[in-house]
Amino acid sequence: MGLFDLFSGLKTFAHGIHPPYHKDTADKPIRRLPFPAQLVLPLDQHIGKPAIPLVKKGQEVVRGEPIAKADGAFSVPLHAPATGRVRGIELMPTPKGPKSDAIVIDVYEGSTQEVLWKQPREMSELSPAEAIQAIQETGMVGLGGAAFPSHLKLTIPEDKTVDTLVINGCECEPYLTCDHRVMLEHPQALMRGIRYAMRATGTTQAIIGVEDNKMDAVEILRNHLPKGGAIKVEAVETKYPQGSEKMLIKSVLNREVPAGGLPADVGVVVNNVGTLAGLGRLLPEGEGLIERVITVAGPGIVKPGNYLVPLGTPIRHILEQVGYEGSRTEFILGGPMMGPAVSAMDTPITKGTSGLLVLNEPSIEEESHKIWPCIRCARCVKACPMHLNPSILGQMAAKRKYEEMAEDYHLNDCFECGCCSYVCPSNIPLVQYFRIAKAINREQVA
Amino acid sequence: MSKKPTIELRTSPHAHAGGDVVRIMRNVVYAMLPICAFTIWQFGLSALALLVVVTATCMASERLFNRLSGQPSSLGDWSAVITGILLALTLPPGFPLWMGAVAAFAGVALGKALFGGLGMNAMNPALIGRAFVQAAFPVAITTWTPAFFEGRFTSFVPTTLTPPFLQPPAIGDWVSSVTVDAFSGATPLALQKFEGIQMDTLDMLLGTTAGSAGETSALLILICGLYLAARRMLDWRIPVLVMLGAAVTAGIFFLIDPVKYPDPLFVLLSGGLMLGAWFMASDMVGSPVTPLGVVIYGLMIGVLTVIIRLFGGLTEGVMYAILLGNAATPLIDQLTQPRVFGEQRAGK
Repeated sequence: MGLFDLFSGLKTFAHGIHPPYHKDTADKPIRRLPFPAQLVLPLDQHIGKPAIPLVKKGQEVVRGEPIAKADGAFSVPLHAPATGRVRGIELMPTPKGPKSDAIVIDVYEGSTQEVLWKQPREMSELSPAEAIQAIQETGMVGLGGAAFPSHLKLTIPEDKTVDTLVINGCECEPYLTCDHRVMLEHPQALMRGIRYAMRATGTTQAIIGVEDNKMDAVEILRNHLPKGGAIKVEAVETKYPQGSEKMLIKSVLNREVPAGGLPADVGVVVNNVGTLAGLGRLLPEGEGLIERVITVAGPGIVKPGNYLVPLGTPIRHILEQVGYEGSRTEFILGGPMMGPAVSAMDTPITKGTSGLLVLNEPSIEEESHKIWPCIRCARCVKACPMHLNPSILGQMAAKRKYEEMAEDYHLNDCFECGCCSYVCPSNIPLVQYFRIAKAINREQVA
Repeated sequence: MSKKPTIELRTSPHAHAGGDVVRIMRNVVYAMLPICAFTIWQFGLSALALLVVVTATCMASERLFNRLSGQPSSLGDWSAVITGILLALTLPPGFPLWMGAVAAFAGVALGKALFGGLGMNAMNPALIGRAFVQAAFPVAITTWTPAFFEGRFTSFVPTTLTPPFLQPPAIGDWVSSVTVDAFSGATPLALQKFEGIQMDTLDMLLGTTAGSAGETSALLILICGLYLAARRMLDWRIPVLVMLGAAVTAGIFFLIDPVKYPDPLFVLLSGGLMLGAWFMASDMVGSPVTPLGVVIYGLMIGVLTVIIRLFGGLTEGVMYAILLGNAATPLIDQLTQPRVFGEQRAGK
């Protein structure tokens, strides 16, 4: 593999895997779905402090209106995705697992798809600090799945300087094509968002990294590049997890983010294409993030595609609209490598949800194979993009030596991409072990 | 939406490459079948009986230890079959069957069950079994049979059917009665080491020489090994490095004294080097997992093999070299942990 990479001339990182990509929805244009009767908007859709509700039970809200405000700097506001009446603030299921407080809105029938609440502004008049403020007001978070507040990501720590904005258009998870469609359909919004982000961070160059299975997107983006050459598009090898921040920085810049460090440590700030295209559209209008594009796909979906859905849409509504089949199914929010499986059909689409996958029996069957002993085949060692030793880590996890795993074998550098579990011929749930080990270690510290 | 589906809940990843251990093991068995067929063609009924008895004993022993430890049967993972076939291939074709059974039992018991079964064993069980009988029955394990003797498909080599717990009879008379050419009862390695006679390279390549059941045809072993490597069920680096280590070491000595020491090609083609390199050193369980570790391990086995061959009392060193490599593996792994992504090198 290593040899092949050398000759292919494509930029890439070492290790990783090549799962079947199933990008069957890549040619499906983004379409709207009808509004659901009810929207469920968890207050903690982002990483950080939950938002504080601004609305009361029974209150009417219009599409686009703020319904919850940011709780300090480490938080973002929420906006009403549709016109309707607040049913209340209730404990509802979330993609993360445990239930949490959510604003539930009964949507008026025939609610307009026009955004009624906006504050247009001239972006070029804003200072970087004001721009960051404006970004926070949109409620934007990393739409690639991390849901990290964008204004925080674009705020460079005072002791660091960054020179490069890397825009992540890899979309390395199988099935997902929403970022691909955004690049194809909204290149101008993306370029605007990139300019805003460059100004806010003071970076002088920007590189859009796109996997080479999306050459049509590469071409369209290249055609929309502004003059001057500050922004460029780089095709990178199609390989999972190319879309991980650290891997992509290594691929396009050959810089290695130090263990435990941030991209800013090597002068880089990374944003997802969907996020920046969103900012490019929302910022000049002064609108909030109220809807997003998700890929609905998988063998169990009748009408797979890329859909623009209001935040808070319960997955039940989406599945009713697109149809699904299968008696034993698995519902996954996000991609199959890292996305959580959900059990409740009331679980809403949140800011960080990039896809809804329905995998049916055969795909499930395949992984429920018996667990065999580790035969030390070293496939996990060759797959781990962080160059850890999952083989030894797995054996230590079985013996519950969690602290030793972190101290001697770099457990905390694992970002849970799942390559190890994917390749293991013995079906050992390696990354699952590591998640438990990390959680237990965190509890020990707390 | 009329009938409610069963919702499965699992943590990610929800995709899997699909290749499982059983498939790898089964393919190793497939890859050894041509070697088995060749040895049966070469040595007849005795080789067949040895293969069957040794493999069956390995499987029975595996099952016995499953029972004793209260574990479900692990025969389904095919590893006992691999151990059996490999062990049989390393024994002289006329090896008494009861001794073969002892080797099989010792290999599974001491080499595998003792450590906790598949994946836990430090060393290759087949080689443990062979080392056991090498120590226990030094004469029988160096008694060789000529290849392609007449009547090999209708009668056994006299030693094969030795009654249990008895030593095999001397077969000098039998050998001279079945061969036309003068068979000295020696393998290419012994001929070279003790009498300074070098076998024809082509004979060793094709395997028309005396030797352990499955070790004679270097070419056939190479092809079978390459099949596994092509299917990515064998780390090709290990056999290649073993061969490289052996060839370079042998080459140095050959340059020093071409009369006394054999040439590198001979070293590669003779004895159990090919079988050991492709099917035993490459055993995943006993070899390192780190990239650098694999290099050290492979070269070490190659070098040790030649050192033992040239300076040891035995003619063949592959077995002990691999066992030593297996023994060093945990240490090698520990010392060659790869640099983690983003980890600062010392002094930086």
